[in-house]
Amino acid sequence: MNKNFNIVITGTGGQGLITLLKIISEAALLEKYDIKTSELHGLSQRGGSVEVHIRFGKKIYSPLVSKNKADLIIGLESQEVLRAINFANSKTVFLINQHIIPIPFEKPISEIETIKKLKMQSKNILLIPASQICQQELGKSVTAGIYLLSFASFKKIIPLKSQSILSAIKQVVPKKYFEENKKTFELAKKNG
Amino acid sequence: MKKKILLGNEAIVQGAMESGVQFVSTFPGTPASEIGNTFFKMSQNKEFKGYFEFSVNEKIAMEAGIGASLSGLKTLVAMKHFGLNVCSEALIPFLYTGTKGPTVISVADDPNCWSSAQSEQNSRGYSYLAHIPTLEPSDPQECKDFIKLAFSLSEKFKIPVMVRTTTRVSHQKMPVEIQSIPKIKTTGIFTRDIKRFVTMPPRVLEMKKELLKKIEEISKITEKSKINYISGSKNKTVIVSSGISHLYVMEAMQELKINLPVLKIGSFYPLPKEKLKRFIKGAKKILVVEELEPYIEKEIREISSKAQIFGKNLLPETGEFNPETVISAIAKIVNKKIKLKEIKLNLPKRFPQLCPGCPYWLIFAAIKKALPIKTTIFGGDIGCYMLAGFPPHSIQDYLFCMGSSIGIAHGIKKSSKQKLVTFIGDGTFFHAGMPALVNAVFNKSNPLIIIVDNRITAMTGHQPNPGAPITPNGIKIENIVKAFGVKNLKIIDPINQKEFIETIKDFSNKKEVSVIIARRPCVFVIKK
Repeated sequence: MNKNFNIVITGTGGQGLITLLKIISEAALLEKYDIKTSELHGLSQRGGSVEVHIRFGKKIYSPLVSKNKADLIIGLESQEVLRAINFANSKTVFLINQHIIPIPFEKPISEIETIKKLKMQSKNILLIPASQICQQELGKSVTAGIYLLSFASFKKIIPLKSQSILSAIKQVVPKKYFEENKKTFELAKKNG
Repeated sequence: MKKKILLGNEAIVQGAMESGVQFVSTFPGTPASEIGNTFFKMSQNKEFKGYFEFSVNEKIAMEAGIGASLSGLKTLVAMKHFGLNVCSEALIPFLYTGTKGPTVISVADDPNCWSSAQSEQNSRGYSYLAHIPTLEPSDPQECKDFIKLAFSLSEKFKIPVMVRTTTRVSHQKMPVEIQSIPKIKTTGIFTRDIKRFVTMPPRVLEMKKELLKKIEEISKITEKSKINYISGSKNKTVIVSSGISHLYVMEAMQELKINLPVLKIGSFYPLPKEKLKRFIKGAKKILVVEELEPYIEKEIREISSKAQIFGKNLLPETGEFNPETVISAIAKIVNKKIKLKEIKLNLPKRFPQLCPGCPYWLIFAAIKKALPIKTTIFGGDIGCYMLAGFPPHSIQDYLFCMGSSIGIAHGIKKSSKQKLVTFIGDGTFFHAGMPALVNAVFNKSNPLIIIVDNRITAMTGHQPNPGAPITPNGIKIENIVKAFGVKNLKIIDPINQKEFIETIKDFSNKKEVSVIIARRPCVFVIKK
């Protein structure tokens, strides 16, 4: 990998963004990259909009991704991903969970509408019903983020080996949840 | 060397551990909370063998730390920026007496107010006010290194040292080099030293002179220290930066493909003024990149008359920086164009919400049923219940600082005849609400105070407080309220809506202070 790789993940508080951040950065450390990440804690997490940044490569300074410089934007909720639109450029991949968490008292933004808007920056949009797949196949949807990340590694959308992702999952998630996360990983492999 | 990915706050803990810290006191507050949380965990599983406590507030955390230092222990006191206001009365004389055990004060500011109501405080002002040596790390590796350096400066000069971070440093992760942790002793000894530890006049003025002398001596060290370093190649345009801003400067240069000379300031106070003078000598343009108030810029304006100085005329004084703000400022002074494709979307705001099952839903709902919303004043305080200010609740008419809901309620009730209800959490009541309640009883006003007792300090990550059931020998809030002489007191589980609503109606008409303890645990306490 010649240049730094920049990821922005969006979603809402409680969707496990910080866990994903940990997994990606541990996987990047396994591959000996320099890493910087940024996250927010506290009241800003209570069900509000959340955005985390992960950058890895040879030498990383800023923990925040610059505008128009994201290589990958992962949206764990299909409306929230719009908030990251200006981190994208024409080559950015949007990897989006086809899943809406309504904003109280607001009309939901449809996925068609979201895609139309995102296309103003990049046409590389993957809309995947990760929550639904995990719910159907595993009985719960909480691992949707792990599904998207594993999927990204099998599809080579993220320059980290799938094996590194799996090792990082093992390192980061509590033991009692490892099995369901591993199953999610396998499921992404099958579909990826 | 072994590297481990650490959060800035975890790196602060690691630095303190590698320095052999023996005593840690803190009050939780974002973005500093993980320092206390990590020590709490390590102290429970015996990884940390020294003493750790969540103090009741930052002033007491500081005082406990002073006591430990006077007893010769290596001490860390950690807090968020507002905590520094709370403890400043103890901190300032501590600079006069100086330390016995080396002592570091870790303070996290929150530019952009991501997790802070009340103000966008720049704690670097305290460096001048208290004459406290202040180091400013940019990333987790520096967090660890600067904490260790702070301990060694403190040890050498017998002075407390502050390490000031900001949200994007405290909540930044990177691989950090891990070194070994020394074995520590857990007890110290207090040796009488009246000349040093008693700040009575006329001695106190001598102490101030000694303090100023220490700062002069320390500045000889910071002038030469590697934490104030220069990078880049020769140019008439130069940059001075500190903290997180430095990382954006370096990022900007990479993107703009330039390599201007940069002086990175690691010791904000005392500032390496001679190094700074040499660095800007002959420069035509100087750009100072620092978040919030332009303290370094002012110092540079004092020593340079020839160069054109850019700082807050190009960069905002409000809010945090990000790579773009710095890139566009640098681009402007080197006459480079940057192209950004920005799409403006008008997206609905997703406000933070009370968790599903949170007892505050019940409390706010009852209030709305019990009282005329239009004509009642609602006092807010610091905790999850600040969300009363957001829809769908929208019942919060003022919000200042920890514990202030009661003191301000008292002032309003003494000034106006309007109905008033205040909310205060259990942790906040212990922190600074108690004296205000005593005052309302003593000076006879009649607000209705609802202590929203969810049995934990919830907002900052579920730390124990004196009333929490997880605290052995917990203190009962009702006993305190009774002892203060409050006659109208009821403890109600807000699930009993009818009783709750009726009590609110009844108590809001009383001529004396009334207190309802609305007791129902945070959903996370139940889950645990």
